[in-house]
This record gives sequence, structure tokens and C-alpha cells, in this order.
Amino acid sequence: MTDNESKRPQPPGFATRAIHAGASPDPSTGARNVPIYQTTSYVFDDADHAASLFNLQTFGYIYTRIGNPTISALEEKVASLENGRAAVAAASGHAAQLMTFFTLLEPGDEFVASRNLYGGSITQFTHTFKKFGWTVHFVDPTDPENFRAALTPKCKLIFLENLANPGGIVVDMEPVAEIARAAGIPLIVDNTMASPFLCQPFDWGADIAIHSMTKFLGGHGTSMGGITVESGRFDWGQNDKFPSMTTPDPAYHGLTFYETFGDFGFSTKMRAVALRDLGPQIAPMNAFMILTGIETLPLRMARHVENAQAVAEFLEGHEQVAWVSYAGLKSSPFNDLAKKYLPKGAGSVFTFGVKGGYEAGMRTVESVELLSHLANVGDTRSLIIHPASTTHRQLTPDQLVAAGAGPDVVRVSIGIETVEDIIADLDQALNAGARIATSAAAQ
Amino acid sequence: MKELYYPDWQIRRILREANTIAMVGASQSWNRPSYFAMKYLQEKGFRVIPVNPRAAGEEILGERAYASLTDIPDKVDIVDIFRRSDQVGPIVDDAIEIGAPIIWMQLTIRNDEAAAKAEATGATVIMDRCPKIEFGRLSGELGWSGVNTKVITSRRSKRIRA
Ligand SMILES: Cc1ncc(COP(=O)(O)O)c(C=O)c1O
Repeated sequence: MTDNESKRPQPPGFATRAIHAGASPDPSTGARNVPIYQTTSYVFDDADHAASLFNLQTFGYIYTRIGNPTISALEEKVASLENGRAAVAAASGHAAQLMTFFTLLEPGDEFVASRNLYGGSITQFTHTFKKFGWTVHFVDPTDPENFRAALTPKCKLIFLENLANPGGIVVDMEPVAEIARAAGIPLIVDNTMASPFLCQPFDWGADIAIHSMTKFLGGHGTSMGGITVESGRFDWGQNDKFPSMTTPDPAYHGLTFYETFGDFGFSTKMRAVALRDLGPQIAPMNAFMILTGIETLPLRMARHVENAQAVAEFLEGHEQVAWVSYAGLKSSPFNDLAKKYLPKGAGSVFTFGVKGGYEAGMRTVESVELLSHLANVGDTRSLIIHPASTTHRQLTPDQLVAAGAGPDVVRVSIGIETVEDIIADLDQALNAGARIATSAAAQ
Repeated sequence: MKELYYPDWQIRRILREANTIAMVGASQSWNRPSYFAMKYLQEKGFRVIPVNPRAAGEEILGERAYASLTDIPDKVDIVDIFRRSDQVGPIVDDAIEIGAPIIWMQLTIRNDEAAAKAEATGATVIMDRCPKIEFGRLSGELGWSGVNTKVITSRRSKRIRA
């Protein structure tokens, strides 16, 4: 062992894995890039092979709803980038969230979540998850102790966005992970806004990472996708909170997932039950588009954060701008946390307040010519939106303010265009927005 | 405890060259992990001989089970142990007695004392690994389940056995 130890190779770097992980040449054709396996199903060698596959005794493909070679290449790649053990992809970020919670929670169970989340997640947790019998307790994440205070004996997990959409808020993950560990429950981190290039939640004690791959991983605004990565380090057998992992599964003739699949037991369960029975598999074509996107993730993210920093600094000095909430700015209360958790840059999605409130905010968004007015983030293109009237409009006024999406708030997702052009467009839109709002008020 | 490290080439060579695996703790129940591993390794061309006192004389997956390693009449290349770490000692003694060149302890199983004893006789010891998972990992099959195999290669074939 000592001999071998001295020959332990350096693990390949992030950019190498972004290109190569999960994507070695196709063994049957030699195709260098991952082919799009546009097939619903796969032939069995014989009846015994089929039985082994259905019993999960051997590795292999049965039906694309539960597995497909293009999709598994993507899963392995993202698992590698997160330094995780295994991953399961989904048709969207929301589908990944649903399947993750479905794998861990029973009806009547509860969980604690940061209140600074993508608006769609707040709605999913508050209303749709209620129909599954799950109750969420939202907390202000800026004090980690709030998570502990909200825990009840029925709580089975803690959920947060480390870099929150839309607010430029960075959560102090490390103590929250400690609180989860003390309670014997996993910390689940939505790492969409940072991407594994900027932050790797498993380094800070998280147990599961979720992405909307629709955003920076895909990166080009072409394809919906979601993914759940497990670290492989959570001990599901430490208590009796996770019967779906530790007791025989009647839907699999008494198979016990944690015992049989160990450190990828959670992913196996999520695939074999949640993906099989709920069915939100990602399309192979979308998996292919996202695979291609990820190859340039390190290059794109570096430019995204460079541009975002420059735009945020410009906006902070603009006379029509009341405030800028970007954790990369020295003025941000989250600047120290950003230095700790996001040393390469504080992401490229942030908000700012327009002087003149709701009207001026809306008019600014309507006046852009290069930025695109739409409801997405993490595109090569720069994007802009007024959350209060769009993505977050399901929320109550109190929730809006709590989620960082008050009436004057404009959210931008800074792309990788020439930064001077982004700045020039925002400058003219802010001035035009102010003009229109003032003349409307005068009439 | 020191982190265990076995280079891929070493595991690959073991899985390429071995033919007969004695599986200590092989279960008769189809939904037990050892049964999964046995069935998979058989499919990959290994002969797997079950060792299980409760099943001695009976067949598991077409192979006669023996009460102990020392009862096996054939040459054994790998002894694969599905037993708690604190119960591994006497099994390793038996494995040394029958001259098995490779002693392999399953995932989560580790006994450094027994390993040192076996290594002193010239045996190779692998701990806290599963031969099924390692075979799947190095052949790429494990990646079909979205598992991070950590294998990065520009070569077309990851085939382990001829
Ligand atoms: C942080 C975050 N999580 C989850 C989601 C949901 O992902 P999807 O739209 O892919 O379902 C989004 C989408 O905006 C998001 O921004």
C-alpha cells in the first residue's frame, strides 16, 4: 500500500473533467463525441439478462425513462464536477427537486428551507408539495441559527440556495451543514446560481447538490434540465428517519437500497423509484446540448463573473440606481461570505433597485435593446427582468420583499458579450426608463 | 486511519487475471447484496464458489456451497469476504491456509491487522471495495447508472476480460 500511495496520480483538473468526465469514446463505434442515443428502449440478451436488469443486479439500460447512454454521460460528468459519488438527471430543475424530496420524505414529514430561493421553488414547496403531505418551514438564512431553531422532530432535510436567486445573498453554508449533521439529516444545496465552477457545496459539508441545468451548466439558453448529485458521504442508517433508504422496498421485492448500493444508494433509489414512477426524464437531445455546454463551463463562468463585477460596479455609480445587491461589491453585506464560498466570483445574477420604484423598474426593463427581457438566467446572452411582475408574482407582498424581489427590483443575468456593450445598453435603458416614468407621472 | 488507495491498474490486473472467486458470506436470498455481486461476477466470466455454513451442500446460482474455505477442493484466486470487520480474522487465516493469492474485503469491511498478516505471507489484500463495483467502474458500466467512475480516458475500449 505504501508503494502504491507514492504513485497516486493527481486527479485531473476541473477543465479536463468538464470535457472528458463521463464522455470517453463510444465503445461500439469509436464516436469521439457522446452520441445522441435517440431510442426509447434497449434489447435484452436473453430472459435471464432481462431479469438481472429489472432486479437491479446488473448495470445496463432497459428503457429511457430510467436510463439512457447520453443522459448517463451527463450524469457522470456533473457528478465528477461536483466531486460527488453519483447523479440523476431530470427534465428540469423543478423535476430534480421533486424527485429528491420524493425519495426522502414520507407524507407528514417536514423540512426547513431558506426563504431566499427562486420564486418557483418557494411556490413548489408551499403549495404543490403540500399535496404530497410535506410541510416546509421557511427561515431567514442570514443567521444560520435560524435553521436550527426551525427544526422539528419531523424535519428530514434542510434546503438552501448558497447563492440565492435573485438577491445576491450568500448563505453561510458551513454552520448550516453542522446543524444538519447534528440533527442527523442531509443538507441539500441548490447550486444553480454558482455552478460547480464557482462553488462546490460538498466541500462545505452539504450532502446533496441540485442544479437547474437549464441555467449555467447548459449555458446557452437552449435546453431544460435538472440534476441531483449525492456526495456519497451521508449515513442513511444512522437513525430511523429514512425508511425509504434503510427498510426493504416492497416495490422491489424487499430490496434495501442503502445496504445494497451503499454510497450511491440514494441515487439508485431516486432513479429506480422516483424517476421510474414519476417519469420526468430529460430528453437525450437536451442532455446532449447540456453536455456540449458544460465543456466550456470554466471559460464561460470566468467571463460571466468578470462581466458581472464590471456591470455591478457601473450600476453602483449610476444616478438612476438606488442600490445594487451583488455579493462581489465591497458595499455588499455578503462580500465576506462571497470571498469565502465564491472566491472566483459572486456569480452573474444579481438585482438592483431603480429610483422611481415599480414604474421606473418596469420601464427600464422595457427599454433594453441588447439585453433580453425574459424569464431565465445563465445564458450566454445578458438577460433582464422585473421579478415582482413576473417570476415572483405568485408571492405575497411580504414574501416578495423577503425573497429580495420588491417592487423596485430589477434582476439581471450578465452574459458573456463585450462588457462595454452591456453597460451602454443598461445606461440608455435606465435613462429612458426614468424619462418615461417621470413623464407618465406628470400627466 | 490511513485512507486506502489501490491504483486502477492493480485492480484491473486482478480482475483480468483471476478466474475463481470464493465468496464468503454468499447468500441464498436473491435480494441480498452478496447475491447481486455473485450473479454479476458470474456474468462477467468468473466462477464464483459460495462459502456459507448454512447453505453448505446446497446450490447458489448453480454452484455448490461449502461450509468453509478449507473445504473447497478447487484452486481459488480471490477470496471475497462479506463479513463484519471484527469477524474477518479467522477467514483470512483460512484464506492464507488455502494459499489464495488475493484476499478482498467488501465495501465498509476493513481489518488492518488481518491484512498485515496476509500480506506478510505474500498475499495481496484489497479492503473496503466491492469487486462488482470495481469491475463496473473500470469497464465503464457503473457510469451507466450516473456514478462517477473517475475514469478519464480517450481510448475506445475499457474491456477488462478477453
Ligand atoms: C436557483 C434555481 N433553482 C431551480 C430552478 C428551477 O429550474 P427549472 O426551471 O430548470 O425547472 C431555477 C429556475 O429558474 C432556479 O433559478
